[in-house]
Amino acid sequence: MTSADALSRGIESAEWKLPSRRKAALLALILTETALFSIFVAAYVFYLGKSLTGPYPKDVLELPIIATICLLSSSLTIVFAERAFEQEKYSAFKLWWFITIVLGLIFIASTAREWYRLITKQGLTISTNLFGTTFYSLVGLHASHVIVGLTLLVLVLSLSLRGYVKQRHAEHLKMVSWYWHFVDAVWVVVLTVVYIIGR
Amino acid sequence: MAVQEVALARAPEMHPSIITRLHELVVTVDHKKLGLMYIAAALFFFTVAGSMAALMRLQLVVPNNDFISPQVFNRLFTMHGTAMVFLVGMPILAGLANYLVPLMIGARDMALPRLNAFGFWMFFFGGLLLYFSYLAGAGLSGMGSAPDVGWFAYSPLTARAFSPGMSTDYWILAILLGGIGSIVTAINLIATIFCMRCKGMTLMRMPMFVWLMLIVAGMILLAMPPLSAAQIMLLLDRFLGAMFFDTQAGGSAVLWQHFFWIFGHPEVYILIMPAFAVASEIIPVFSRKPIFGYPFMVAAAIMIGFISFGVWAHHMFTVGMSSIGNTFFAVTTMLVGVPTGIKIFNWLGTMYGGKIRFELPMLFCIGFLFQFLIAGLTGIMLAAAPFDWQLSDSTFVVAHFHFVLIGGLLYTIFAAIYYWYPKAIGRMLNKKLGLWHFWLFTIGFHLTFDTMHIPGFLGMPRRIYTYDAGRGWEVFNMISTIGVALQAAAVLCLVINLLWSARKGEKAGDDPWDAWTLEWATTSPPPAYNFEVLPKVRSRRPLWDIKHPEDPDWRYE
Amino acid sequence: MADNLNIHQIAVVPEQVTNIFKPLATPSESIYQISLLTLAICGVIFLIVGGLLVYTIIRFRTRSNDEQSEPPQIYGSNQIELAWTVFPILIVFVLILVTARTISDVQNATHPPDSLKVTVVGHQWWWEIRYPDLGIVTANELHVPVSDPAKPRRTVLKLQSADVAHSYWVPQLSGKVDLIPNRDNYMWFDPKQTGLYLGNCAEYCGTQHAHMLIRVIVHQQEEFDRWVLEQQKPAVDNREVTAGRKVFLSTSCVNCHTISGTIAGGKFGPDLTHLMSRDTLGAGAIKNTPNLLRAWVHDPQKLKEGCLMPDMQLSQQELDLIVAYLSTLK
Repeated sequence: MTSADALSRGIESAEWKLPSRRKAALLALILTETALFSIFVAAYVFYLGKSLTGPYPKDVLELPIIATICLLSSSLTIVFAERAFEQEKYSAFKLWWFITIVLGLIFIASTAREWYRLITKQGLTISTNLFGTTFYSLVGLHASHVIVGLTLLVLVLSLSLRGYVKQRHAEHLKMVSWYWHFVDAVWVVVLTVVYIIGR
Repeated sequence: MAVQEVALARAPEMHPSIITRLHELVVTVDHKKLGLMYIAAALFFFTVAGSMAALMRLQLVVPNNDFISPQVFNRLFTMHGTAMVFLVGMPILAGLANYLVPLMIGARDMALPRLNAFGFWMFFFGGLLLYFSYLAGAGLSGMGSAPDVGWFAYSPLTARAFSPGMSTDYWILAILLGGIGSIVTAINLIATIFCMRCKGMTLMRMPMFVWLMLIVAGMILLAMPPLSAAQIMLLLDRFLGAMFFDTQAGGSAVLWQHFFWIFGHPEVYILIMPAFAVASEIIPVFSRKPIFGYPFMVAAAIMIGFISFGVWAHHMFTVGMSSIGNTFFAVTTMLVGVPTGIKIFNWLGTMYGGKIRFELPMLFCIGFLFQFLIAGLTGIMLAAAPFDWQLSDSTFVVAHFHFVLIGGLLYTIFAAIYYWYPKAIGRMLNKKLGLWHFWLFTIGFHLTFDTMHIPGFLGMPRRIYTYDAGRGWEVFNMISTIGVALQAAAVLCLVINLLWSARKGEKAGDDPWDAWTLEWATTSPPPAYNFEVLPKVRSRRPLWDIKHPEDPDWRYE
Repeated sequence: MADNLNIHQIAVVPEQVTNIFKPLATPSESIYQISLLTLAICGVIFLIVGGLLVYTIIRFRTRSNDEQSEPPQIYGSNQIELAWTVFPILIVFVLILVTARTISDVQNATHPPDSLKVTVVGHQWWWEIRYPDLGIVTANELHVPVSDPAKPRRTVLKLQSADVAHSYWVPQLSGKVDLIPNRDNYMWFDPKQTGLYLGNCAEYCGTQHAHMLIRVIVHQQEEFDRWVLEQQKPAVDNREVTAGRKVFLSTSCVNCHTISGTIAGGKFGPDLTHLMSRDTLGAGAIKNTPNLLRAWVHDPQKLKEGCLMPDMQLSQQELDLIVAYLSTLK
């Protein structure tokens, strides 16, 4: 007999609740991603106004109002989707989930359009000046996270359309939704730094 | 899941072929196997990177030596430093944490076993990629070569103009992979420690080891991304013509230094906290007393974790910061000394009044205490910014951080090996050979690194492949190199001991050291599922409670 | 030791130390003071804590007659914890005050207007040295006047880099300061004695970091003035070596090296106008003797492997002519 057997006996089992490991892991992931973004934001702020040649932010950047509205409202729609899922209204869930994806796609499309305009019309690339370098890497890092989020969203939608998503997956959905909220929150920071302060 | 796996593993035959066993290693998600794989891989890289150090010491044994060309020398110290930090220090802490944390908190595995395996393979292939640069670093056109930019790879030396070829890209990519591996390990550790504790194991009843690993994991989460971010920027610079560190285009060379050390200094504490973790387990057991001032030890570790994020620019006292900047970082750096001092005093307090048994793990821990004390004090000297203006980038600094990483971290890793080998393998390591290991290594270490401080006082910079006679550096370099031979012999003793004892060592039994934490409550080696019945605990020393029912710990907590 | 006018003899100075505990200028002296204090405090701490550790190990070792029983189980003490928290804080406080003062003394010093201003530019792997007010450009060997108590004279270095990060370190004069591209750093000193001061590049800067040596030659004021006059002259134009001069100017030497008064105006390598006034070649890699100069021009890669000056593939005759020409550049 090992001591562990002795240890398992003789102690009254009191209430013993531990947090969900999925939540803990996802929060840790968000924390580490926050650190990653902080460094890119720091580089952006550090190089504000240090470009030796144009184009400069004030000449070429436009406030991405529609994209912002889409992305921020997608945080709401995903909450609606979650709520519908909790109430077992699966069609509503799929619909809200689908709207979230569409909103995310609009955001990505508008980023793509913005980049296309900057590269072809304004001649701003990552190697043009410090503004180009920091702008494309920060906005691009965020956009890549949006793409990862969209991939997850699409995956969930396609699984749920085939009926694989059940109530026991509620926490999985919650994790996707948390990640999506995080991506949104980062956008608020990027928007403030790049498009408001940076201009 | 773990239980199923053991059934599968045992089913086919009694003596599985080597292919089967290798296949098992590749597909395993068991925290103990992964932990041992981490440690074995780290020890392998340790011998490789250690041999590289020996080559450098041979080159420096006499002035104007031409044993090694400057190019080769520069690659050696780059690869030695990079490998020791990212392929030895980080994986060995991941290995110890992987193996021990679930056992210590009474769990059957890590929270996310598959992620765990993913982390290991990221690190392992990152390590292979780094060394592969020796064959392929210069690209298809030329002879291969390894990175030669130093382990902190200051820009703009890493720019295309000054580092043509691919060698620097190997450095970036290998460390990026390793960094991802470390981050997922950290995420896993946090999830495990918060969510997998057995009944009764409240946070303040966790072994100190688990606490420190929790803090380390938190620090990795915040410290590793700055390095990854800076490396991504450098990749963009090198491949897409971005200008983050391009000084010709208005970029800043100092920015890299900031980003690197925002990672780099917490990294030092990430590497030394596991040493604290091991010492905090071993010293009490061999002093036969509980750790002194447990809540203060926890608080001090958290303090160190926090302060370590505000001291990075003490690596940059010579870059021409303002006097206010220099003063700020000197202050924060000295402040780290306070909680670190608290830890040393508490270990002393643990030993004081105990009955100290000089088993091998304890010997190495005592060595750790002495050497870490010295490392801390030379650290205070370097924290005094003006003194650092003289000592920075001299051999004094090299001696200082080898006192931290060898005298501190490596000694506790040796202690950990002697302490937990019986648990992992089921047999004791040979004590006689272990004593040879301890004394040879200790004498060798002090010959090499005590003397290395002095040329720093005499103006010898680090990372020079040769030097002229006449500045008083010769004798110290000679002694340093002699010490390496003893250290190498000592490591050989360890390797022989590890291999020999695995077959011929004395049987260990469940609890050879009469210890108190949960890993000793199961068999040696533990079954794949760790505990048949999950334990329940009422104090920090559950096994003490069983062994001393008349005076259990929980009465005092 | 430096009474002789001939600079070449200064190279043979009795004391070639680079010991940080033998300071010979104000900044290194300030650092020396704080380093003594820090060493003393750390030494005392080491003796106390190390002593306690030894005492504990000896006093509380297990004795053979007493192996079974467990010692009293002590879990901690708030008073003791408080004591060993507060005491280190006090020590740290003292150290911080002293450190802050020394940092300010050295970094925020205001320099008298007559200070000698020199710009040092780090290159892989040599030092470009410019005296903007005197119109002198030289390399590797920094000449400055002594600062005697009667007539103090400071030297202020502006430190820049043409390529990667370097660090200027002459232990007896001052702590090190990095040379970083796209950035101006400053360093100052006031040497108390004439003579030769040695130093090294202290930031890893690539292949030949080890051979990026520093020589600071400190003169009496009058002697320094004479050196300045010599350096301000254009390059010697000696008729006897016209052939060598021609060869030099017709090869790619001129792409990297400058010789004033000729078409040689390259900026990548050291200025050779007064090459023969320097004691060493290759930033201190070798002595500047006729034989070594010839070997250097023949193939510098043999003497300083990896340096950026290539083997010029000169014929023996060209080599003889060029070396003869260079030898006249006093």
